[in-house]
Amino acid sequence: MFRILRKIQSVGIITENIERDSDYEALGSTLKRQLERQFQGSLAIRELDSGSCNACELEIQALNNPYYDVERFGVHFVASPRHADVLLVTGPMSRHMEEAARRTYAAMAAPKWVIAVGDCAVDGGIFGCSYASRGGVSKVLPVDLTIPGCPPSPRHLVKGLLALLDSAAAR
Amino acid sequence: MTDTRFNWMPKLLSRLRKSRVEVTEVPSWHDPVRTLWVQARDWGRLATYLQEFGCRLAGLWGEDRLERLRVYACLEKQGDYLLLKVEVPAAEPQLASWTAVYPGVNRLERHTRDLLGVTFLDSPDNRRWPRHQAWPEDVYPLRKSEPLSGHSPDADTPADSDYPFQSVAGEAVYEIPVGPVHAGIIEPGHFRFHAIGETVLNLEARLGYTHKGIEKIAEGRTAEALLKLAGRVSGDSTVAHSWAAAQALERAAGIEPPARALYLRALLLERERIGNHLGDIGAICNDVGFAFAQMQFSRLRERWLRDNERLFGHRLLMDQLLPGGVRHPLDNDAASSIREACDRLREELDSLLPLLRDNQSLRDRLLGTGILSTEQARRLGCLGYVARASGCGYDVRCDSPWPPYENLSIRRPLQQSGDVAARVIQRAEEVYASLDAVRQILDKLPPGPLRAHWPEAATGAGMGMVEGWRGEVLAYVRLNGEGRVERFFPRDPSWFNWPALAVLIHDNIVPDFPVCNKSVNGSYSGQDL
Repeated sequence: MFRILRKIQSVGIITENIERDSDYEALGSTLKRQLERQFQGSLAIRELDSGSCNACELEIQALNNPYYDVERFGVHFVASPRHADVLLVTGPMSRHMEEAARRTYAAMAAPKWVIAVGDCAVDGGIFGCSYASRGGVSKVLPVDLTIPGCPPSPRHLVKGLLALLDSAAAR
Repeated sequence: MTDTRFNWMPKLLSRLRKSRVEVTEVPSWHDPVRTLWVQARDWGRLATYLQEFGCRLAGLWGEDRLERLRVYACLEKQGDYLLLKVEVPAAEPQLASWTAVYPGVNRLERHTRDLLGVTFLDSPDNRRWPRHQAWPEDVYPLRKSEPLSGHSPDADTPADSDYPFQSVAGEAVYEIPVGPVHAGIIEPGHFRFHAIGETVLNLEARLGYTHKGIEKIAEGRTAEALLKLAGRVSGDSTVAHSWAAAQALERAAGIEPPARALYLRALLLERERIGNHLGDIGAICNDVGFAFAQMQFSRLRERWLRDNERLFGHRLLMDQLLPGGVRHPLDNDAASSIREACDRLREELDSLLPLLRDNQSLRDRLLGTGILSTEQARRLGCLGYVARASGCGYDVRCDSPWPPYENLSIRRPLQQSGDVAARVIQRAEEVYASLDAVRQILDKLPPGPLRAHWPEAATGAGMGMVEGWRGEVLAYVRLNGEGRVERFFPRDPSWFNWPALAVLIHDNIVPDFPVCNKSVNGSYSGQDL
C-alpha cells in the first residue's frame, strides 16, 4: 500500500504539468465555464460505436487518462443512454447497428444532442455506402455536430465538445 | 532455417497419396508458402489427415471465379504455410465441413457461406454468422454479380431479432442478454449468458454488428488504397494489418522493400504492440476496480502515443506503410529519443509491475480467473498472448521469421496457467521483449532508401503473415492484370481468440466477465469485417 502511495506521490499531478505548455488548459476552462452555464456543470455522454474500426474508441478512452482527464471539466461518460445528454457516435453506420443506434437515441431524454465522431461517422469515410453500411451517421440519426479525423485526437474531441456548447447556446 | 523449411512436406504428400487423395502442387510465390490443388471430393477427409499430421488451421476464405467458387484453406506446421485450393461449381457449391476436426474454423466457414454462398455440409453449427438482416439469405454479397450497394440501399434495416441462440434449460437457470451496445467505450457485440446464481453455465457471442463490407470494398482498389483500408480492419492493429497486406502485395508483385524500410516497419509493429499492451494492462486492472493501475498505465500509453505523433505524425501509426516501403524517415535524433523513451518506460515498468504483482486484492481477482487450458487453446487454434499465456508458443517472428525478424533475436515469453493473471503477466513480458527488439532494430537500422518502385500494373497473388500484438495476422491478396485488387481477405487473430472467451468464462462468475473479456481483448471490427 505504501509503495502504491509513494508511486502516486512521485508521479505527481501530471494533468497540470502537461497543461502549462499547451492550450488544453484554456480549452478546458472554457469548456467548464460553458458547462456550468448551460448544463449545471455536468455533461453526460453516451458513446456508441455504430461500426467503427475501434481507433476512435481508443482516442475517446484517452479523454479519461490523467493527461486529459475531462471529468474535471464536468464531462463524464455514462453507461446508459437514459442518463446521457450527448450521444457520441463513431464509425460508419453499419446496417447491422442501425436499429440499435435508433433505439439508443430513442432511449435518451430530451434535450439531447448527437455528435458524429471521425471521418466514417461524418460521411461513411473509407467504408462509404454499401450493402453493409449506410454511410454517415446522419443517414439514421439527427446529427448536431461532426468532429472529423481518422481518428480525431483527444484534443480535437474536446474542441468539438466546445463547439457543440457554442451551437447549443445559439439555439 | 531455410534448409529445414518444408522438410515435412514429402512425408505429408506420400501420406496423402497413400490415402488416394489427389493433389497437384503449383509453383508458389515465395518461401514460407506452398500451394496444393485438391479435389472437392477429398476435402472432408483431408482435414483429418492434416490434423493428425500436426497442421494448425490458420485460415479459410473463398473467392468467386465466375462459374466456379474457389475455397482456400491455410495451414501451418513448423512455421511453414500450406495453402490448399479447391473449386466447386457455382451452381452447386458444396464442400464437407472441417468444423468437427478444426473447431476454430467454424465461424470462417459460416462467413464464407453467408458472403459467398459455399455450403459446408455436416457442420455441427450451420447458423448464419456475419449476416443479420442487411441482406437476404439467398444473396451472397461477395459474388461478382452482386452490386456493392446491395439491393435496397436506402431501406432501413430491422433488428436481428430471430437469431437461433443456444438454449439452456433447467431449474434456476436464467438468461442475461448483453449488447450490442455495451456500457463502456468499446465496440458493439451481443453476449448471451446462461447462469445459475452468479455462475456462468454457458456464454454465446453473437458478433457481426460492425460488418462494413471490407472484403467487397477492397475490390478494384490500387495497392496504396488497399493498404489504407487494411490499416482500418482493426484500428488498434493498423500496422500489423497493413504490413500483412503489404507483404501479400509485394510477394504477388515480386517486389522486395529496401532493408531500411523493413526495419522501420518492424519498429512500427513493436511500437504498436507496446502501446496496446500498456493500455490493456491498465484496463484489465480497472475491470476489477484497481484504478491505480489504470491511471498509471494509461499515463504510460499516452506518452507512448505522443511519441508516435511526434516521430511519425500519427498517434496510432495509421498509413505509415506504402507498397514497397514506408512513408516516414527516421533521423538519428529521433532514433536516440526512442532509445531514451524505451529506457524510461523500462524503469517505469520495473517500479510499477511489482506493485501489481504484490497487491493482494488484485491477485485475489486475477489468479485462477478465466482459465484456458493448453489443450483448449491448441484445439481452438488460439493465437498471440492468449495462446502463449496458456503454454502454446507460436509466434510468427520466431517460428517463421520474415525480414527483418530473421536478423533479430526475439524473446518468446510463455506462461502455463492460462488464467487472467497469466495473460497480464504475458503482456507485461511481451512489452519487455518488444523493448529489447526495438533496441536491436535501432542498433541494426541500415541506411538506404525508404521505398522500392511499385509497378502500377503489378499482377498475381500473394499472402502475408505478421505477428501483430494480438497474434498472427494473415492477409491474402490477388491482383488483376491492371494492378487492381480482385480479392482481399484479412484474417485477424480474433477469429480464433473469440471462441476461447466462451470456453474460459465457463464456471466463472458473471461479474468477472468484463475482466475475462478484456484479458482476451478480441477485435470486433477485425472479425466482423
